[in-house]
Amino acid sequence: MLILTCPYCGIRCDETELAPGGEAHLKRFGPGSSDEEFEDYLFMRANPKGVHFERWRHVHGCGKWFHAARNTVTLEVYGTYPAQVHEPPQEIRDAISAKVPGWRWKDDS
Amino acid sequence: MPPRCEFQDMGHYSALAVAREAFRDHRGWQRVWKSPEPRRRYDVIIVGAGGHGLATAYYLGKNHGITNVAVLEKGWLGGGNTGRNTTIIRSNYLQDASAAIYEKARALYETLSQDLNYNVMFSPRGVMMLAQTEHEVRGYRRTAHANALQGVETEFIEPGRVKELCPIIEVRGPRYPVLGALWQPRGGTARHDAVAWGYARRCSEMGMDIIQKCEVTGMRTSGGEVSRVVTTRGDIDCGKLGIVVAGHSGHLAEMAGFRLPVESVALQALVSEPVKPCMDVVVMANTVHGYMSQSDKGEMVIGGGADGFINYTQRGSFSHIEETVRALVETFPMISRLKMLRHWGGIVDMTGDRSPILSRTPVRNLFINCGWGTGGFKAIPGSGWGFAELMAKGESPLCAEFGLDRFREGRFIDESVAAGVAH
Repeated sequence: MLILTCPYCGIRCDETELAPGGEAHLKRFGPGSSDEEFEDYLFMRANPKGVHFERWRHVHGCGKWFHAARNTVTLEVYGTYPAQVHEPPQEIRDAISAKVPGWRWKDDS
Repeated sequence: MPPRCEFQDMGHYSALAVAREAFRDHRGWQRVWKSPEPRRRYDVIIVGAGGHGLATAYYLGKNHGITNVAVLEKGWLGGGNTGRNTTIIRSNYLQDASAAIYEKARALYETLSQDLNYNVMFSPRGVMMLAQTEHEVRGYRRTAHANALQGVETEFIEPGRVKELCPIIEVRGPRYPVLGALWQPRGGTARHDAVAWGYARRCSEMGMDIIQKCEVTGMRTSGGEVSRVVTTRGDIDCGKLGIVVAGHSGHLAEMAGFRLPVESVALQALVSEPVKPCMDVVVMANTVHGYMSQSDKGEMVIGGGADGFINYTQRGSFSHIEETVRALVETFPMISRLKMLRHWGGIVDMTGDRSPILSRTPVRNLFINCGWGTGGFKAIPGSGWGFAELMAKGESPLCAEFGLDRFREGRFIDESVAAGVAH
């Protein structure tokens, strides 16, 4: 059972209270972009064995979208943070680095 | 531990062989497949000794005469989704490309035991997909018409016939009454492990090497062409490489330097204690996300929906068990007192259009077969048949529509709603 803390209302929610929203921090492409960029945005997904960033919605609670940093192999949660950012905040990155030696946030964004 | 014995020809399985062994205390049975050390080079390497990987190797040898083949497996043979599914076989899909490959698979299952000389216990007991909303009634009627045009034998049946075929269904349920069903009389189940074992035995007989506990940790290319795999048991050169690793496809694609439109999520299933025979068809109830059949041992085999988030743990969660069982108890009230014995999860690779990928890749001579999502077992023989052809000849009519480029070109094979698969 996955348990995430909603960063808005502070409630510890199990997965039945939440709706998963897929990969976080995708850069949106639309009209004017190349076919490759649009395909990448629409379909290609990071599917890592390890550290992953996701969007979640506290659907049976405050209803707000938030982000979670999670390990897909151990199901360890490194932290949750509000959705109004383009990349994970420093304290989340520090929390991950402390537990996953050698991990780095992708620099290409 | 049984004593290690030198591998010999395994011989033909038959009633005569059983009688012969009965007279000599069963001392003559041989190992079903060899466990050799990897050689330095193979013409073709298949990564993943699950059903799809082994079937690919088998049809490479049988249909295309390519037998210098190794199948590498990081765990044990058939220990991934091949051993974790609910063994359902059907081909009642809506789109032509899907119906073609799934029906090819179903047709091959009909004679697979004879073909492999290994009893895969294919049981065409019939698969029923319940329509429990007006929307589903319309959807399944449409599928039945599409199937008629595709040459797949299905029909839409009324609630009375549903009750006749499966008396334990409550057709007048309070929330979701059964309004009809899509019935495929030649769908059914097979013994999932035996499918992997049967293919493995035949591959081994043809001189192919099945190498277990051999994890691929890297790939080398030269001039845009795959040339070598790095494994936990040494480097192995290859002419062509096929990746057939289901939930771990993204991980291997990353090694080869390309991305996939795939996300890996957990799908879980459970079985009850064994009970006396009470249902001799497979029933899927997609509105409520549950499906059930009875195994030969008498256990009720139950499956449900997949998780919505990436997960590599091969475990399920209680919330899904609760959801699935609650849904099925409504439709099958008699199971409400059943004890559940075992519960497990597998990692399935989901694509955006819920159809598989059987394709070349940006790396030359590297092919990928993945994205079967929640419904790979039923497709094993057809997938192996088509993918072997693709690897041997560079193209295959069965795989033509399932290329990676379909996402860029917008040629989806949309089965996410049409197939009525419980996702």
